[in-house]
Amino acid sequence: MRLEYPSSVKVIFVPCTGKVDVIHLLTAIQKGADGVYCVGCLEGTCHYNEGNLRCRERVDYVRSLLQEIGLEADRVRMYNLSSGEGPTFAAYAKEMNENILKLGPNPLKKKTAGR
Amino acid sequence: MIVAKRKPFDEIMQLLKGHRKILVVGCGTCVAVCLAGGEKEVAVLTAELEMARRLAENPVELGSATLERQCDREYLAQLDGKVDAYDALISMACGVGIQFLAERFPHKPVYPAVDTAGLAVNQDVGWYEERCRSCGRCVLGLTGGICPVTMCAKGLYNGPCGGTNKGSCEINADQPCAWNAIYERLKAQGRLDCILDLQPPHDWKDMTPRSLIQPGYKKPEKAKA
Amino acid sequence: MKSGSNLEKILKSGQFAFTGELGPPRGAHAEEVRKKAVHLKGRVDAVNITDNQTAMVRMASWAASLILIQEGIEPNYQMVCRDRNRLAMQADILGAFALGIRNMLCLTGDHCQFGDHPTAKGVFDIDSMQLIFMVKKLRDEGKFLSGADVDGRPQIFIGAAANPFADPFEWRVHRLAKKIQAGVDFIQTQCIYNMAKFREWIRQANDMGLTEKVYILAGVTPMKSLGMAKYMKSKVPGMDVPDEIISRLQGVPRDKQAEEGIRIALEQIAEFKEMKGVHGVHLMAIEWEHRVPEIAERAGMLPRPHA
Repeated sequence: MRLEYPSSVKVIFVPCTGKVDVIHLLTAIQKGADGVYCVGCLEGTCHYNEGNLRCRERVDYVRSLLQEIGLEADRVRMYNLSSGEGPTFAAYAKEMNENILKLGPNPLKKKTAGR
Repeated sequence: MIVAKRKPFDEIMQLLKGHRKILVVGCGTCVAVCLAGGEKEVAVLTAELEMARRLAENPVELGSATLERQCDREYLAQLDGKVDAYDALISMACGVGIQFLAERFPHKPVYPAVDTAGLAVNQDVGWYEERCRSCGRCVLGLTGGICPVTMCAKGLYNGPCGGTNKGSCEINADQPCAWNAIYERLKAQGRLDCILDLQPPHDWKDMTPRSLIQPGYKKPEKAKA
Repeated sequence: MKSGSNLEKILKSGQFAFTGELGPPRGAHAEEVRKKAVHLKGRVDAVNITDNQTAMVRMASWAASLILIQEGIEPNYQMVCRDRNRLAMQADILGAFALGIRNMLCLTGDHCQFGDHPTAKGVFDIDSMQLIFMVKKLRDEGKFLSGADVDGRPQIFIGAAANPFADPFEWRVHRLAKKIQAGVDFIQTQCIYNMAKFREWIRQANDMGLTEKVYILAGVTPMKSLGMAKYMKSKVPGMDVPDEIISRLQGVPRDKQAEEGIRIALEQIAEFKEMKGVHGVHLMAIEWEHRVPEIAERAGMLPRPHA
């Protein structure tokens, strides 16, 4: 399968989405990413039992933090699919890309950092 | 351990609004275990503050440090000299740590980033339940190891009150009635006689600031001449 | 005689006591108290004046009690532990006695969370048992809780509540015993609907000899409607409303439900009059004071004895 997905998406591999921490997602936005999303296994099929459930909680938390800061919550999302679903992976990448295009660039990039 | 909860971000922003160089100080003991003010939480708050102030075009210079304990001079000393570069400190320690930090650097404004929520047990990662109000006169020996001061919403010494509701407290069906639990535990242990007699009015020990010197730890050489 | 109150005299003489209840207004008008009181005068031996009932701010219990005294009605001054510490309580007790109050009901009080100031600090410096103990110490030893001498002893007839229905049921009678140990003179129970459970509780109290040591007034609140019965059953903590009460009210047309509620209450009162260990009835006709004369009449409680 040679599936195409938007070139704006950079994949970072983690052993399990349960490894993804709040600070990872937040730092990505802080450093100028327009959006971040986590793609975990389908709920109920995590090899580490609940890793993807933990990730969803953290994604939700980061979404609330972004709102507090004054950024759009939807710059961070969680998706689930099974490892065999290449086309779904590509479809989610497209969906996230469109979502970000709609939101526009990360406004932090235009501002001067304090440090 | 002592548990705390991060303050709402808006409140923190409000506290810090006049400052441009801020040191975020975490604590590596209780509040780190309860995920409120350890190294990780310091990183999150620092990132949040940086982004929010950048967005508001009021950028801020931030530093961070997480001490082993803020309730101990030995560790606070690590900040000596370091704080001069900042106009304010925000502490993620419990109320005790925040005060000791403020006492160490009396010329710097020190702000709390957390609300201290009590002495609690670790029910699960991220889930804590209060168990002790440090009343200063423990009655757990009489009450089957269940604290009526903390776990009874009215802090009764001669419970349960008439509001006990099928094992729950009158305030909330999800809150177990402490006195019902005390009764059940003592009954199972055959020790109901512990609560048969009237407990006289309590001599409150927490009505003044308390200090404590353990036996054998007086330092006569430090007494003022 | 501990206090010489009308209620004490009636109970001591072995007559079946009958007490009522009045909730002070959420306002500053003495007239509101008088309007309710007029229905109770001569129909009951004493009237309980609630103290910030359900944690809602109301006219002070001692103040409404004094208005009743002006009206020639004996108050039963309720005091909860939620709103004042031992200093304020002892001060209020001395003041209440000085102005003619002779009966007191010592209560823990509902949690602030139920009321109109849910974030208020609940005091609970002492609990209801310890309050009983404190009043007794003032009265019988002439000493403050601290041990210092009081100039003059407040002669108060000491009451308390009992809830025979709250869990754990087996502990209820021991709790009564504890209140007796603390020094209570009379008990008014929670509203009774589950008669079977109440009979069992009073049997236990009789067996332990408790009903020889304390006067027990059975709590009665007539159901005004099916809605009220359902609310009491599901929403009020510590209340035990059996299904048979619900079905009796369901079995009559809506406009007859109040009458059915009164009938149930009258049947209960008739049984209490005969029940060993029960020394009277405490009628809590919540916001229904105007029906008290009729209920008292039909229950055969009138005329009230002159003690």
